[in-house]
Amino acid sequence: MPDPQAAGLTPAPAPTGAGVITRPGKSHYSLLTRRDRVVLLLMVGIPVLLDVVFIWGPALVSVLLSFTNWQGIGAITSQNIVGVKNYQFLFTEYTQFWPAVSHNVIWLVFFVCVASPIGIFFAVLLDREIRGSRIYQNFFYLPVVLSLAVIGFIWELQYAPNGLINSVLGRTGQDNTINWLGNPAINIWAAVVAASWRHVGYVMILYLAGLKSVDPTLREAAAIDGASERQAFFKVIFPVMAPINVVIVIVTVIESLRAFDLVFIINQGTNGLQLLSTLITNNSISEANLVGFGSSIAVVLMVISLVPIVIFLSRVMGQRE
Amino acid sequence: MKPRRMALHAFLITMSVIWLAPLAWAFYISLRPFGDTIKNGYLSWPSSLSFANYVNGWNSANLGYYYLNTLIVAVPAVIVTLLVASLVAYALTRVVNRINLFLLLVFTAGNLLPPQVIIVPLYYLYLAIPVPKPLSDNGRLYDQYIGIILIHIVFQLGFCIFVLSNYMRTLPKELTEAALVDGASVFRTYWSVILPLCAPALAALGTLEFTFIYNDFFWAILLMVTGSKRPITSALNNLQGSFFTDQNVLAAAALMVAIPTILVYIVLQRQFIRGLTLGSTKG
Repeated sequence: MPDPQAAGLTPAPAPTGAGVITRPGKSHYSLLTRRDRVVLLLMVGIPVLLDVVFIWGPALVSVLLSFTNWQGIGAITSQNIVGVKNYQFLFTEYTQFWPAVSHNVIWLVFFVCVASPIGIFFAVLLDREIRGSRIYQNFFYLPVVLSLAVIGFIWELQYAPNGLINSVLGRTGQDNTINWLGNPAINIWAAVVAASWRHVGYVMILYLAGLKSVDPTLREAAAIDGASERQAFFKVIFPVMAPINVVIVIVTVIESLRAFDLVFIINQGTNGLQLLSTLITNNSISEANLVGFGSSIAVVLMVISLVPIVIFLSRVMGQRE
Repeated sequence: MKPRRMALHAFLITMSVIWLAPLAWAFYISLRPFGDTIKNGYLSWPSSLSFANYVNGWNSANLGYYYLNTLIVAVPAVIVTLLVASLVAYALTRVVNRINLFLLLVFTAGNLLPPQVIIVPLYYLYLAIPVPKPLSDNGRLYDQYIGIILIHIVFQLGFCIFVLSNYMRTLPKELTEAALVDGASVFRTYWSVILPLCAPALAALGTLEFTFIYNDFFWAILLMVTGSKRPITSALNNLQGSFFTDQNVLAAAALMVAIPTILVYIVLQRQFIRGLTLGSTKG
């Protein structure tokens, strides 16, 4: 057992480390005084502490709670530990789980295969010298500045029984209206279309920024070699844009795992609009207090989202080293 | 104009119309009296148009009050986030080693996690952490402005540190070295050399962060239970039904909530786009 008194009285060896100071090539570091080093330590230390207490700590506690049946009241004792029972129940008996997974998959696939390609397509069209390019960009970009909650309200008006979409389709009669948001067979598609309204503009802006950085001589060379515009894009530009393409896939995956606000506005994420994110809050905070069980859903979502996060971080690492 | 060009413009105009249609529809509904739309249907020629629904929605729900709630949260959150993030980014780029690279990854990853993953323990943490009186009227972080401000700061730090450290790496090293050789302290160098150089990046991030925090729905819905304290975006949820009883008023209210971010985008467009692309293209 460490002696607390000794630890408190004996000053620890200064963390400066003489070796670091004199090491050649680290001249940058050696200019720092001891006071500077303390300042740097505080500058980083306090935010790291906050990050650990409010983000990574709760993430870890989610994992621990997922092995308990704690209901939010009183202390957690050994009697609360239930092993992997929450996960067993989640995967085999909980009727909401697989629908939620399939809705998340629909969201993800629609974003990756429909919304993002449309955004890329718009970017490619608007990257050329055409009149009014900026105006078009502004129109497509406008939804990006809106919150997904406001987008939920605005699209509720479009999908209403007598809203724009039924009106355009001529389905506003007594018996032929399409219940876009109430019918659990179609409402997830209605929601993902509304979310795509925003996502397309987001991808377009990211891709436009990337296209601006492509060496123009590449395009000229392709044109001289007789490549059509389509060939030039798929054979030359798209491969060169690989880093941006990866960023867009990562952003798209993370956005679709985070989806919450829009479906919460429509019906709190129930009746055809369940997502993993809404199952977590509905089980643990809003409607019930099954903290342990809700945490097991959080852990599933966390594990899935770590995939794009790790890919992104390893790219950052590669560039820094 | 060549036929190909015309086809391109025809396509872009069609898409623009589709893209603007939801907002135009919401705007059209918001201008029409409810009785008129009930009698003639929503897709009909208007008998009269007015801003009555806006006045009605604003007054009945006391909307002005919720904008104020948003400012109470957003202004300190944006300022502190930028300040702390620039300090951390400076320290992490100033001394380059494996620990600092690791810390950069920890911050960045924290911002990428879906917030729903941490919400359950965070909720109980917010109920448990004691906060003294002037900062919190119930002695907790839960249901308090300070709690919402805090989670925004912590969560947004990751993104801002990532963007700012990318930006600072592009600044010439000689500048900070010269200042240190002249005997300036680390903090002095940060304050009078680095921070001014980062002004463009800070302006871009400030614009973006204000919009992010203005648009927040999730944290305020789950960490704040008193409806009247909620910022405007999340307040829409509890005002729906009780105050905005018909579609026409709801349309007016949704547009009123959308207007500030649209204005920010129109006025500070360059900052906004630079903020987004700084985070992606140089990563």
